[in-house]
Amino acid sequence: MIGLISYLSFFLTMAGIMAIITLGLNLQWGYTGLFNGGIVAFFGAGAYGTMILGSGAEPDQFGGFDLPWLVAVAGGILFAAALAWVVGVLTLRLKHDYLAISTFGVAVALESLVRNSQWLTGGARGLRGFPRPFEELVGDTFTYGLVFLAIVLVVLALVWWGIERLVHSPFGRALRAIREDETAARALGKNPARLRLWSLVIGSAIMGAGGALYVSYTAFISPQDLLPVLTFQVWAMLIVGGAGNNRGAVLGAVLIWGVWTLSGFALTRLAPDSMQLDAGSIQYILIGTLIVGMLLWRPEGLLPERISQKPTKMADKAVLEVKQ
Amino acid sequence: MIQAILDGVLTGAIISLGAIGLSLIMHMLRFANFSYAELLAIGAYAALVFDGLFSALVPVLDQAFAPLTLTGALALAMVIAMVVTGLSAVIIDRLVFRRIRLKADPLSMVFASFGVALIIRNVIVLIFGHHAQLYSQEIARAHVLSFDPLILIKPDQVFVLGLALVLMLALHVILTRTTFGFAIRAVAENPTLAQVAGVRLSAIIVAVWIIAGSLSAAAGTLYALTNQLNPLIGHVFLLPVFAATIVGGIGSVYGAVLGGFIVGIASGLALMLLPPGYAPAMPFLIILAVLILRPQGLFGEEPR
Repeated sequence: MIGLISYLSFFLTMAGIMAIITLGLNLQWGYTGLFNGGIVAFFGAGAYGTMILGSGAEPDQFGGFDLPWLVAVAGGILFAAALAWVVGVLTLRLKHDYLAISTFGVAVALESLVRNSQWLTGGARGLRGFPRPFEELVGDTFTYGLVFLAIVLVVLALVWWGIERLVHSPFGRALRAIREDETAARALGKNPARLRLWSLVIGSAIMGAGGALYVSYTAFISPQDLLPVLTFQVWAMLIVGGAGNNRGAVLGAVLIWGVWTLSGFALTRLAPDSMQLDAGSIQYILIGTLIVGMLLWRPEGLLPERISQKPTKMADKAVLEVKQ
Repeated sequence: MIQAILDGVLTGAIISLGAIGLSLIMHMLRFANFSYAELLAIGAYAALVFDGLFSALVPVLDQAFAPLTLTGALALAMVIAMVVTGLSAVIIDRLVFRRIRLKADPLSMVFASFGVALIIRNVIVLIFGHHAQLYSQEIARAHVLSFDPLILIKPDQVFVLGLALVLMLALHVILTRTTFGFAIRAVAENPTLAQVAGVRLSAIIVAVWIIAGSLSAAAGTLYALTNQLNPLIGHVFLLPVFAATIVGGIGSVYGAVLGGFIVGIASGLALMLLPPGYAPAMPFLIILAVLILRPQGLFGEEPR
């Protein structure tokens, strides 16, 4: 029983972290129409940033600043945001192709950087030795698993609430306006490049927060955690769940993470030994097929975006003024 | 230094071949196609299959053209691979991209292209396995051009460069001297106006996919001939090919050619300073440099 609960809490912790990242993508793609081809880069920036700032000193290793957990996490998030800012400033004035290619490129570049710069990131063997938050207060690993799940759920709730507030504010309406019709939004005095930049930076910071939580949980990070497949998983989550709908994003994250975990489990258990090497490929094909299939047959996702037809207070006022 | 430039020119020629088709496709269908580099993989593996087939059926063909390691069978297989890959590109467009194009925005196509790339790459892994393969077990001897500094070159490399240039020249002639070429350029400039003038858009799209597919197949096969073949070839070439189109300016065929050589040579030179592990990051640094210095690329249109 305890085994089952602890596995379930592990599963939900990972699904929760994925849901946070998917919410970040939802802000970028769902509400603003920005294509992020390098989710894993912003996740990785948050993860490595937190690890380097928060871990203890080791010989021949840069970092080891041993900063308090929250400060390290904030640093990781800032690092992810800064990376997004650089990419955004350079590409957001251009056609959307440039953002797609550059974000994809930043992920490739970051992976090759962490793989090769031994002094900074530990190279292929990765970084370990991270003090997990509140661990000494809790004691046994079973309870700690549940405590960490609670932390993840609190962060998820905060991110959800923040994005809901954001997209229902004038800023959020402006984002959707530039997504739907950039010229019209421009005519209304909105600055599309600046709005897009904010959306990209905030969304990437949220992905960085996902990375920060991930290393806080595993207390270990290596280039193997920065494989491009993470980017594809998160897309599948948002596309299956429904872009432009936070409920859909979270539902998709839990669903796809479940499918991914179950398929991996089924393949290692059921597939013959000769096929074990190909198990990963079969999972990748599954994710690819999910993405393409959804786009072909149900592009709006399971829970489509709902645009409220209810006039806002300002619109009400305007109508009243016209009547008077 | 000279060796690095020489190697860079060679890689550059292969990147150029790949980038030409990508640039055409991006300009015509208006989306960044991330499954494009998988066409190189399809081509290279198709050549592997037909090479095996021909040399088994007609042993005479299995003679290498000395001093190359290229055999008659492989040369024939490459031509077939170009056709096969061109047709695959058309089929993929029919199955996926055309349907999405008809009902959704270009960015959905970008997502779909990633999905298609994942599927193609991993189907190749399932069929051919993860391990690297070679067309020929023969050892290609390098010729020493000079001892101080040491400069080595393989006959295969000279052949690859020559063939790549011939293919580019052929495309240039088609684009500038034939009605068909005019039609392609017209569609790229202004699809609506081209249709008014009697150009069938759907036919041109098919033609461009065939051109793109066959050039990529040639690029993939030539790369595998001078290096080795593994299922990650598409992943490895994706960023360099995109970098070449951005350097040249998206939509410019000549820009893509020049961009390919620039990316190849710059990567070659950079690796003199950096450890080889950083090689995958080079195209990204080149993209950043272009975006800072000249965002529209060498021959691109002014950004809006």
